[in-house]
Amino acid sequence: MFKNLMSWIEYRLPFMDKMNLHVMQYPAPKNFNFWYFFGSLAMLVLVNQILTGIWLTMNYVPSAEGAFASVEYIMRDVDYGWLLRYMHSTGASAFFVVVYLHMLRGMMYGSYQKPRELLWIFGMLIFLVLMAEAFMGYLLPWGQMSFWGAQVIIGIFGTIPFVGEDLTLWIRGDYVISGATLNRFFALHVIALPLVLVILVFLHIMALHEVGSNNPDGIDIKKDNDGSVAQTEADKKFTFHQYFTRGGKKVIVDAIPFHPYYTVKDLVGVAGFLLIFAWVIFFFPEGGGYFLEPPNFEPANALKTPAHIAPVWYFTPFYAILRAIPHPFMGAVAMFAAILALALLPWLDRGKVRSMRYRSGLHTANLINFCISFVALGVLGVLPAEGVYTLMAQIFSFTYFGFFILLWFYSKNEKTKPLPVRLT
Amino acid sequence: MMKNLFSVIALVASSWAMAAGPAVHLDKAPIDLMDKASLQHGAKLFQNYCLGCHQMQYQRYSRTFRDLDIPEDVGVENLMFTGKKVGDHIKNNMATKDAEKWFGAAPPDLTNVARVRGPDWLYTYLRSFYADPARPFGVNNDVFPMVGMPHVLQELQGMPYKAYETRLVDGESKQVYVGIKTDGTGELSAEEYDRAVADLVNYLEYVGEPTKLESRALGIKVMVFLLIFFVLAYLLKKEYWKDVH
Repeated sequence: MFKNLMSWIEYRLPFMDKMNLHVMQYPAPKNFNFWYFFGSLAMLVLVNQILTGIWLTMNYVPSAEGAFASVEYIMRDVDYGWLLRYMHSTGASAFFVVVYLHMLRGMMYGSYQKPRELLWIFGMLIFLVLMAEAFMGYLLPWGQMSFWGAQVIIGIFGTIPFVGEDLTLWIRGDYVISGATLNRFFALHVIALPLVLVILVFLHIMALHEVGSNNPDGIDIKKDNDGSVAQTEADKKFTFHQYFTRGGKKVIVDAIPFHPYYTVKDLVGVAGFLLIFAWVIFFFPEGGGYFLEPPNFEPANALKTPAHIAPVWYFTPFYAILRAIPHPFMGAVAMFAAILALALLPWLDRGKVRSMRYRSGLHTANLINFCISFVALGVLGVLPAEGVYTLMAQIFSFTYFGFFILLWFYSKNEKTKPLPVRLT
Repeated sequence: MMKNLFSVIALVASSWAMAAGPAVHLDKAPIDLMDKASLQHGAKLFQNYCLGCHQMQYQRYSRTFRDLDIPEDVGVENLMFTGKKVGDHIKNNMATKDAEKWFGAAPPDLTNVARVRGPDWLYTYLRSFYADPARPFGVNNDVFPMVGMPHVLQELQGMPYKAYETRLVDGESKQVYVGIKTDGTGELSAEEYDRAVADLVNYLEYVGEPTKLESRALGIKVMVFLLIFFVLAYLLKKEYWKDVH
């Protein structure tokens, strides 16, 4: 009976076939390391944000008069409302932590290189939408930092020549940040952007499964079936979906099915992540004033500027670049260029070898330069823009962009190490 | 439009300069959220000395009574000066307009003040009033200079003043600031006053996040569960990956 039902469905919608294609018979390189946890963790955090978000919406009041009080209502009167809110607010920061590490992984092992350019572009779009989503979500508690942070970020659009002023008016829906702004940000935060985000994540994974996962060695696990690479006994142990062998044109080596091997491995990553995540939620929900900023416990007040306006930590590297340039519009251009440069990585990197394991020492040094610049800019974005800090922000903005420029030059004729045939 | 951002950034930059570091040293507030007696005393002080001007508009009487182990009838009898029902928020009847006229600015709501300022700031602030005849209420404050608030705890502390002593410094006798002392007209000794302020700050800290103790208790259970889950997940992974290695 059940079997009949399943085959009835399978005939009309090949569910099991798709599950095999993407999960049970998806060939994943067997040498994924620590850095490969962050993709599945990003997915976990996305689910966390959506679920806690739905429940928060049940008691949140999206109006200038009611927003702050409703958040306090959630914190005090709703059963486990405090937990839902801390899971959501900590989740926002956790999202950026895992996404930044996920992106760094891609840079270390050249996962953006051909044929994974489109996959990388979808990833960058996810990052952009995520930043918009986080920014709009931060306005909703209607605290002092919500209000003044939004003021600064919307002000960035105001620097665009000719259309800037009208653009900010269009974004705010009012001459100042008001209930009108709050309502539209609410709509975008709970419906429009999550929808786009989920679609982009779907496309990201579809694009990934089409070209296959990269790995720490940066070499292909699907070889041409011309007899040059022979399958070992271990390779023949697993069955992969016929789609991946392209009808016998490819042989798959050093691969294991995604399920159960990486599902159980990712489960360890999930447990490790949740340990840290829960530790913050239950014991340090403010994240030292970086996840929930102290002035945000005071309701928004257009007449009272807080002593210290800093964007939330995940925006600070880009914010530091904005402030490093003395000209506001050029600063905004530099900030967007910093994100665009990342999106253009597949074309800025002209190398043929993907993984840093087999690239030049110069490339490794350049990657380290990028990490130091990014972190230093993040720290400087929190500090006041004055004196030596401004100079340092300018230096690190220079080294940040220097990473991409250098890469473009040396990657053309880079001295690389010989690639192995099989995964190490 | 460029002026806009310039002014915003300039504003931010200048305010940062002010916020670069606390002007005064903050004393560590000796508070303990587990100390119910301290919290009850703090609640009593708040109701008697603060509520006249400051509200806790997001905190309900019933919540305070429940979390502080105060029987409802005792609480209603002794602590509920405003509100009709035990489920009401802790509010007063002062009109914002009047408050602005009287104090220059409306007294802020204190529900979240401990999360905005931090307990150490509050503890030091309430012990840093000193006599200053130039101010409308005759007192000034080192932690919050030119504050519009009168020294409402004067009845307890007495009139505080900045004390100086003549001391020999490098062979010259100089007036050296030695701290804030009181004229002794208060009901409490200096140590008792510090303790009373600590109790009040303890209560403010509790009201800022009434779920803190609940959160920690639940957190420990969750962490224990996750640790076990981590070990089991690791063993499961090891078992499966035997095929691969």
